[in-house]
Amino acid sequence: MERVPTIALIAGISTFLLGFILMGVLPWLGQSKIPMKSVEEIARDIPADFYQLAEDYPEEFRRAYGQPDARSFAKALRLGREVYIAEACWHCHSQFVRPVSNEDLRFGPVSTVEEYTNEMNLPHLFGTRRVGPDLIRESGKRSNDWHAAHFYEPRFVAPYSVMPSYRWFFDAQDRPNERGLAIIAYVQWLGSWRRTVPETIYNAEAIQKGEQP
Amino acid sequence: MAQADTNRDLVNVGLVRAHLIAGAVAFAGSLFAGLFYAFQFLRAYPFPGVELLSPGRMRMVHTNLAAYGMIANAFIAGMLWAIPRLTRRPILSDRLGWFIFWTWQAILMATGVGLLTGHAQAIEWGETPIFVDPIAIVGLVLVVLNLGAPIVRSQERGLYVSLWYFTAALTWTGLVYFMGNYLPQFWAPGATGAAITGLFIHDLVGLFVTPIGWGLMYYFVPILLKKPIWSHALSLIGFWGLAFFYPLQGVHHFLFSPIPMYAQYGAVVSTVILEIVVTTVIVNFFATIRGSWGAVVSNMPIRWFYTGMICYFTTCLQCAFQVTLTFQQIIHFTDWVVGHAHLVMFGVFGFWIIGFYVELWPRVVGRPWYSRRLLVYHYWLTLLGMSLMFVDLVAAGLLQGYSWRSLQPWSDSIIASVPFWFTRMVTGLMIIAGQLLFFYNMWATARSPVPARVAAPASQTA
Repeated sequence: MERVPTIALIAGISTFLLGFILMGVLPWLGQSKIPMKSVEEIARDIPADFYQLAEDYPEEFRRAYGQPDARSFAKALRLGREVYIAEACWHCHSQFVRPVSNEDLRFGPVSTVEEYTNEMNLPHLFGTRRVGPDLIRESGKRSNDWHAAHFYEPRFVAPYSVMPSYRWFFDAQDRPNERGLAIIAYVQWLGSWRRTVPETIYNAEAIQKGEQP
Repeated sequence: MAQADTNRDLVNVGLVRAHLIAGAVAFAGSLFAGLFYAFQFLRAYPFPGVELLSPGRMRMVHTNLAAYGMIANAFIAGMLWAIPRLTRRPILSDRLGWFIFWTWQAILMATGVGLLTGHAQAIEWGETPIFVDPIAIVGLVLVVLNLGAPIVRSQERGLYVSLWYFTAALTWTGLVYFMGNYLPQFWAPGATGAAITGLFIHDLVGLFVTPIGWGLMYYFVPILLKKPIWSHALSLIGFWGLAFFYPLQGVHHFLFSPIPMYAQYGAVVSTVILEIVVTTVIVNFFATIRGSWGAVVSNMPIRWFYTGMICYFTTCLQCAFQVTLTFQQIIHFTDWVVGHAHLVMFGVFGFWIIGFYVELWPRVVGRPWYSRRLLVYHYWLTLLGMSLMFVDLVAAGLLQGYSWRSLQPWSDSIIASVPFWFTRMVTGLMIIAGQLLFFYNMWATARSPVPARVAAPASQTA
């Protein structure tokens, strides 16, 4: 029948392509001038927390990553992102701050497109649900030790928390293993490029005036 | 349209039965994965500290089994039943059908194992490990060949609207799957990737689940009511409206994100327009049943179908509001969306699937239902559980959204949500209890002695 190919072509392929071009390709072209950063390029800017991590857990760090430098940071970022995906962290934590609902006061500066144009966002980890808070401005808000305790048993530091505990991020001595160090490094990297002081609500006036703390 | 029993030999009944069973098994798995995950929100997860059964991984098993286990298997079963009857042509090959069946179950197993061992892909509704994706695409192409062949070979003069929906859905599904699983994974970073995964999330519902679901409704409802659909013209408006407006909507999953605003506005407008299209379809079906409302009482499949349609109208109406930028400020990221998703995937398509299980199961096992009373209990437990879950989650979402906007400490939104999460767990238990009755009823039906004469389907004995 000649009508089957017609339906398949018009309804099936054409409408799909129309939607894909308008909603996918055009935004893609719009950001095509933003250079795509590789993990190695990102890892050149090492946040202080990564050096601190090497001091907090010296033996574990040396065994897994050697010295805290751009190479080991790139390795930790890659593994941390893998762990973040494998454990589906992104199903309960988002990674973008919206310009509404006082989110800039709670979390920090509103997200912009160039922050996400990099290899760490292949695929993006925007998320669609917040059981826990947004994480894109998490860098530096809490210490490495806080994160270690929190991954080991969230209720040690946040009694109300419904987050699962992640004992497999720790070795037999309950110190973070390779995966544990990686996920801490990853979380402490999120937003390190636009670091704000912790609990930005206390800094609301400065943010509203547009000053970067 | 084909009359039921004269075309029985056109349908490979064994294949339909196999897909129905596989769908039910996946359904059960999805229910329990969801229940376990719900316990995590009450700090009472049954397997604490077990890496392979970690709650986050369990969540992905829940959604993937629902979409690719239950819905995909059930829809393949429905199409294996409906397409040969509508076209008077058998599927391309029975052997290919069985090959697809086993391949699809292998894909499901690989997905489940992959998710639990930490090989998920960070694409919502596409967490299927990246190494399973090529096999899934091959599987989809084979499904297209097997089910598309009878449509292409059909000798009927004009194609019935069900076949329009099936043809379009078979074309769309592979394209959508490829776009969503590959582009954001390898080429489209950040905001563009989000736009494309938004399209994927939405196209999966709008271009795979919805058209096949409506196609099956257009097939089963007139047959069971023994009268034609009210308006063929309206059904075509519904079809073309869906085809034009659905593929434009995906970005509405990421409003107020760094995706360009024109795409966000476009997505909002096309979503609101779709509500008009939805209304035409609903009007068509409710005009069809006008004068035969007794069927809702006497005929279990019709009862499920029309309950699902009421849920469909509710969820689409809700969508037309929640998609606006006004609502999004409060309800995005909250349990409101979780309630919406459950009403769509279970309240609409789950109910329709249960409806045609009730219709087809006695036919594929050749025995009447073991217990009609159990079917009724199943209906009320499921409906009550689903309705309460929806109301509970929507309310929880409003509470969370306003708590966040008023800058209360994060802990407040968690503490305030716990009673709602407890209620959600209870409603989940009601749904599970209902389905366990249903699965027992299916099993007992299949085990019961063969009646002397050929079994009449539920729609006629009821």
